Amino acid sequence: MKIIICLKQVPDTRNVRLDPKTNTMSREGVESIMNPYDRHALEEGVSLAAQYGGTVTALSMGPPQAAEMLKEAIACGADQGVLISDRAFAGADTLATTYTLANAVLALGAADLIICGKQAIDGDTAQVGPGLARRLDLAYASCISKIHEVRNDCLLARRMMDDGYDELEITLPALLTVVREINEPRIPSLKGKMNARKAVIKTFNAADIGADTALLGLAGSPTRVARVFAPEVRGERAMLEGTVIEQVKELAAKLEAII
Amino acid sequence: MDYFLTEDQQMIVEVAQQITDEKIIPCRAELDEKEEFPRDILRQIGQADLAGLYIDEEYGGYGGGCFDMVLALEQFARGCVGIATSFAANGLGAYPIILSGSEELKKHYLPLIASGEKYSAFALTEANAGSDASGIQTTAVLDGDEWVLNGTKQWITNGGEANIYSVIAITDPQKGARGATMFVVEDTDPGFSYGHKEKKLGIRASSTRELIFKDCRIPAERLIGRRGAGFITVMKTLDHSRPGIAILGVGLAQGALDEAAVYAKQRVQFGKPIISFQAVQHLLADMAIETEAARALVYAAAKHIDAHPKQMSKASSMCKVFATDMAMKVTTNAVQVLGGYGYMRDYPVEKMMRDAKILQIYEGTNQIQRNVIGQELNKEYNK
Repeated sequence: MKIIICLKQVPDTRNVRLDPKTNTMSREGVESIMNPYDRHALEEGVSLAAQYGGTVTALSMGPPQAAEMLKEAIACGADQGVLISDRAFAGADTLATTYTLANAVLALGAADLIICGKQAIDGDTAQVGPGLARRLDLAYASCISKIHEVRNDCLLARRMMDDGYDELEITLPALLTVVREINEPRIPSLKGKMNARKAVIKTFNAADIGADTALLGLAGSPTRVARVFAPEVRGERAMLEGTVIEQVKELAAKLEAII
Repeated sequence: MDYFLTEDQQMIVEVAQQITDEKIIPCRAELDEKEEFPRDILRQIGQADLAGLYIDEEYGGYGGGCFDMVLALEQFARGCVGIATSFAANGLGAYPIILSGSEELKKHYLPLIASGEKYSAFALTEANAGSDASGIQTTAVLDGDEWVLNGTKQWITNGGEANIYSVIAITDPQKGARGATMFVVEDTDPGFSYGHKEKKLGIRASSTRELIFKDCRIPAERLIGRRGAGFITVMKTLDHSRPGIAILGVGLAQGALDEAAVYAKQRVQFGKPIISFQAVQHLLADMAIETEAARALVYAAAKHIDAHPKQMSKASSMCKVFATDMAMKVTTNAVQVLGGYGYMRDYPVEKMMRDAKILQIYEGTNQIQRNVIGQELNKEYNK
């Protein structure tokens, strides 16, 4: 089974602050990490390959420093890392990103299974997984919390829903996005780290993947950011006191006033 | 301080560090409270290729030595000495096979230990044989092509959890110290069972249990080394393993120092963080000095052992005594820095102080270590 895992390098949002004056993200001194959801996607790919046989390719579109993250993916068990990097990709929204990734997947000779994290913690759009599936015309399911079994032409998996879960039979080739509940990502092993140290990350540019530059980066991105702002912190709160009956009456009155 | 680790050694530290920070520290209090064996963490240590650091590559290990093992153990002990002890006890169980075992025993058992698939344990202590190992009463008698073991081992680390036990028993009572032999006993062998599980002051995540041999029959080829060479194997094993206990003291002390320093910066009394008071600074300074001095000694002893010198008992015992006495002192002072909070289970330092005490006792009490050092000095100055 040929498995591709899509990974994104993101700023560690636990340490990111918005500059209140410029409303832009202050990235200074903020470490770049592997998107946490993608870590689960990688773990699932590596375990499936161990169980059913196959290869795992870690694929990322990003600046040259994303190669470090791909080495980390190799330390965690991926067989190879492929970086798609070109100045022309800069400013890509999800439409241009899926176009780029789709071309990269085709350049790699397609895959039986592509796994992505549910979303990235910086943009939080959750659009790249489904967009990529659409472009490659693959069967697709999001928010997978368990893969029960992989068969020759399909796999059985559980999809998390707001009101429970679905049990799905998904035709292969397919693209899945996964949630944190699916597994516990492993810590990079000693042998993995040694492999990663020696590993050469293959790097492709726009021409290598046969991409039309008009559809890449900012040029290929119809999304325009109108405004970025930090939501105002409203610290107002009221403590209701008295007996339960009194508190409920007061609460009801307050709610009525709002409605 | 920079100890000029190689790139590979630095990687061992990084992997062990990540396991400690992400897996061990979050669950140490719960495992201690429930007295639960850290099976899942040991599995993850195996998955990260650290279970066989000291085992040769041809038997599925990493092919490192005492120093590589020490680097990993230091990190684990910074998180939890109970968990680190459970891991280290595998090494103690494996060393008799590594040092004296036949090729067949090595090929069969070492890959299982190196992969983390099976756990091992070392069974020496008995009710009447502690510091005085010659008091062993467990016997092994050859019956056809099987050995038959009878007796009870006490306080065996990883007892009831391990699958592979290196056990010493008397085979030739009339021969005294040359009448003891080591064997491999498997958890599924007939006549082998577990007795009382101990309730301890500290290292409560580790299992300490009685092993009972009642006409326990094992194949003749499970003998480790020569018949009658059991004590030699035990002594060699302990020489190799003691730096592993010493470093638990260093890791533990580092963990306690980290907690105490962070707390002292946050805790405000008399309008200032208490780290600004000289009384507290001096406590912390002594903790830092002693931890670093012990680390340097343990590293040096481990490297000395890895050079395969003829005589290693003195270095091995010296680092064990120094680092574990130090750990007791440093953890006690960490509780002192945290004051009343330090005495409460809400903070990790009371556990660290409880865990420290065993380091001065197990794998040869620190009094026995001083005997070993004294005897070596006596020999050296005879020349």
